[in-house]
Amino acid sequence: MLRIEPGARHRVTVTVNGRLYSGFAEARTLLSDFLRHELKLFGTHVGCEHGVCGACTVNIDGRAVRSCLLFAVQADGAEIGTVEGLATDGVLSPLQEAFRRRHALQCGFCTPGILISATQFLETNPDPTEDEVREMLSGHICRCTGYEGIVRAILDVAGDAS
Amino acid sequence: MKPAPFEYCRADTLDEALDLVAEFGSDAAVLAGGMSLGPMLNMRLARPAAIVDVNSVADLSGIRLVGDAVETGALCRQADALDSALVGDDVPLLARALPFVGHFQTRNRGTLGGSVCHADPSAEIPLALATLGGDVVLRRKGGMRAVAAHDFFKGIFTSVREPDEIVTALRWPRSEPKTGHAFDEIAQRHGDFAIGAAAAVATVAPDGSLAAVSLGLGGIEDRPVLADLSGFVGAPATARTASEAAALAAGRVDPMVDPRASAAYRRQLVRVLGARVLERAFERAGARQC
Ligand code: FES
Ligand code: FES
Repeated sequence: MLRIEPGARHRVTVTVNGRLYSGFAEARTLLSDFLRHELKLFGTHVGCEHGVCGACTVNIDGRAVRSCLLFAVQADGAEIGTVEGLATDGVLSPLQEAFRRRHALQCGFCTPGILISATQFLETNPDPTEDEVREMLSGHICRCTGYEGIVRAILDVAGDAS
Repeated sequence: MKPAPFEYCRADTLDEALDLVAEFGSDAAVLAGGMSLGPMLNMRLARPAAIVDVNSVADLSGIRLVGDAVETGALCRQADALDSALVGDDVPLLARALPFVGHFQTRNRGTLGGSVCHADPSAEIPLALATLGGDVVLRRKGGMRAVAAHDFFKGIFTSVREPDEIVTALRWPRSEPKTGHAFDEIAQRHGDFAIGAAAAVATVAPDGSLAAVSLGLGGIEDRPVLADLSGFVGAPATARTASEAAALAAGRVDPMVDPRASAAYRRQLVRVLGARVLERAFERAGARQC
């Protein structure tokens, strides 16, 4: 059993994009805030902080989840994937490259969360229909693009992979 | 949009979790997936003194066959239930309801038991459980009870769970042969809370008449409700019967009123969604013509 008193700072160690990070969090610190404020990983964005917008979506132990609905102390020991881990040696991932090609982002606020979701979605469902892509995207809000480019970009990569 | 301070308690075993809820009583909130509790904490609609995190309790996971029922551990993630062949084959109503629950990203973390405990009147998982006549299994220190889903929900966000109890599992009756299931809902956006939802289960006899029929309604009253359709047993499994049954149900509900919908609108949803799901359930049960 682990108990953390209100206000106490607790050490949290996580692997983010293959690298070990350690920092301190109160029990109530959201994982999204821990990533940004404590680990200084600003790629993960924060919009609504109640699970609706999807901007904060990160991959935890293989699944895309809301980092604003997890406490940092719950993620102790977890493997976390964020947008910073998608490119390799400065080369965009195929999905990122498709986003660039299809103009799937404008301001880019929603993009990190969508890239993380879509990456896991394509791992589990490599050849989705457009309807399935749109259903997955219903967990994200984009105020700029109208979603069309995002759908095309994801379908481009799905098509390439199959 | 940050939670008020709380004491964080992570239970590693069910006994530890039961000790913790016994210690804190109504000052504790049990944290499973956190898809409903998280927003309430962030918005400070909930300010518990302690959070009892049960995510590490292995006994609360899994999907298994227990006698005539499929038992899902309270911590079973919605995504895992959706992927489960056992759920798909033996609890098709749940498999049909889950795509309406939140989104891919929230189903990855959200749990079946958490949704039932939260007791949102418009939630799909409680509606499916109540429609099938399933049970909620609760444990407290030195005790255990199973409560019929129908008796578990008491009103908006309210159930018969006592503060020193933890929901450990849900029991879903296995589907019978010649039985069809259907689920549908109306929401402002896909994955958002349903304004109205309907779930139907129907068994069709070889002569095309209804051997059994259930219609559950969510988001209409302050908890999932079952329409009494006993008068339709023996009726032909046709589209006409479906709409007559839905009309009867619509006349008997006592709908909620909120900024999204009037009572008259919700009653109309019962008529429309009810007829739709009943007709689909009849077809899936093998009714010849609808
Ligand atoms: S910030 Fe987490 S879903 Fe909006
Ligand atoms: S690109 Fe601006 S919100 Fe999506």
